[in-house]
Amino acid sequence: MHYWNREAECVDRDELRKLQSERLVTTIRHSYENVPAYKHKFDKIGLKPDDIKGIEDLVKIPFTVKTDFRDNYPFGMFAVPMDRIVRIHASSGTTGKSTVVGYTSGDVETWAELMARTLGAGGTTKGDIVQNAYGYGLFTGGLGAHYGAERIGASVIPISGGNTKRQLQIMEDFHSTVLCCTPSYALMLGESARDAQVNMKKSSLRVAFLGAEPWTENMRREIESALCVDALDIYGLSEVMGPGVSYECMEKGGLHINEDHFIAEIINPDTGEVLPPGSHGELVFTSLTKEALPLLRYRTRDITYIDDSPCGCGRSFARMHRVMGRSDDMLIIRGVNVFPSQIESVLIETEGTEPHYLIVVDRAPGKMDEMEVWVEVSPELVSDAVRTLESLERRIAHELHSVLGISVKVKLVEPKTIARSEGKAKRVIDRRELNNES
Amino acid sequence: MKVSQLSVFIENKSGRLADVTRTLADNSINIRALSIADTIDYGLLRLIVNDPLRAKSALNEEGFTVALTEVLAIEVPDKPGGLARIIDIVAEGGFNIEYMYAFVGTSGENAIVIFRIEKIDEAIPILQDKGVRILTGEEIHSL
Repeated sequence: MHYWNREAECVDRDELRKLQSERLVTTIRHSYENVPAYKHKFDKIGLKPDDIKGIEDLVKIPFTVKTDFRDNYPFGMFAVPMDRIVRIHASSGTTGKSTVVGYTSGDVETWAELMARTLGAGGTTKGDIVQNAYGYGLFTGGLGAHYGAERIGASVIPISGGNTKRQLQIMEDFHSTVLCCTPSYALMLGESARDAQVNMKKSSLRVAFLGAEPWTENMRREIESALCVDALDIYGLSEVMGPGVSYECMEKGGLHINEDHFIAEIINPDTGEVLPPGSHGELVFTSLTKEALPLLRYRTRDITYIDDSPCGCGRSFARMHRVMGRSDDMLIIRGVNVFPSQIESVLIETEGTEPHYLIVVDRAPGKMDEMEVWVEVSPELVSDAVRTLESLERRIAHELHSVLGISVKVKLVEPKTIARSEGKAKRVIDRRELNNES
Repeated sequence: MKVSQLSVFIENKSGRLADVTRTLADNSINIRALSIADTIDYGLLRLIVNDPLRAKSALNEEGFTVALTEVLAIEVPDKPGGLARIIDIVAEGGFNIEYMYAFVGTSGENAIVIFRIEKIDEAIPILQDKGVRILTGEEIHSL
């Protein structure tokens, strides 16, 4: 069995609960005193920080949601002055403004530690060569994996995403042993290796840490056979920290939640009621050690369940099942969060009206996610000249690319092509078959 | 001087063109000329018909998106160099031709070609000065 920090990862659960309670009390005081948005939420329901004496009082705390970040854009959720912030990342918001997160040097340390546990669970040591094909930038994937691998002392290749040919070349020449990327990119690498007749059995690559988008057991099997690796799931979201919130061990039976740093709950997404262990529902996180951005009962919108039975690996952390769906309409395309509302606002701005549209997401075997946006041609849009229509398609595609950060194919379709139901159109067709397992 | 042309947006799927022609037939509309411009995903069917407004409303009712555009129907002498002379005149005037297509019928001894020209209102007097005959909508519809 591989551990980065055996003492922490195999902690006695009673001690863990005590630690969580102590850290929760500190976090609550820190949040209340330093973030007006939290103070306001507490004051509104007459809750005092002293009312939270331990984990049993968690349920009294109001939820935090994604729009809290938008309402306090950009730095309003930060609990420390800017001179203590050493890093800023951002991810998509539901409309317009992105979700901005900040880290103190202590937070960066914690994050590196948790990513070291993640990579360590797949056997990564300082002797490994880590090819980090997560994107570097505002997205937390690249730097998150990078710092974790460096913490272990492994040799990191910060290759970032894309350029598949060069990825394979470097993998072969540098004898990479560990791969970090999105699962769909791993599939694509596997496909490209097959096309280029690279013998992956002879490759040094041993294990892949895949996250930032939903995937399935079928995909795991495909990736493992195409790349000849163990493929492990990792989970995180930038609001909570980034990758490393939870991680799979070699048992591949769910993701261990770093419970000494986060409390996870499962709630009924409609009522907010906390559900017993094993129930399917929406995942909610409370941070326990974060300094810059303490997070109280943050609704992730990810649907899963938590299994608190002991795991064969010996870790005492409870396991969440891989994410099974969303309780909102967010899509994850090639690791990028996309909200239909973002697309709608682009269309409104482009044409001055609200055209009917449909988002079609597909993933051909061995290929990356493809997103098409179908836009119905209204009488105002139609023209007698093909190039007018083509330039309209290009203009919309360009705007969508600049707002979403990913390329999108725009397809003009006839009016009434897009089904209306009960006055509200179905906006998304996801053909990736990601949610057909439970 | 100008003729109304219908442009119908048609997705590339089987049966859609048939839906258009059937709708026109059911409404006793006669197609005088047509051309199709196509891309991977859709086509634009351009039509000159005997009653453009009635054709447009019939197609709208069937859910088609239709644009009406003004084009020129120009008499072209049916002999070598006939079309060349007209295109030279258009080019010398500095007008771009967006597209053009031939008419099914004839006007006496002459062929008829549909022109979609930029700055159509400026082009008309220049063509007429050079003796080019432009057919009116009424003439076209009654052919």
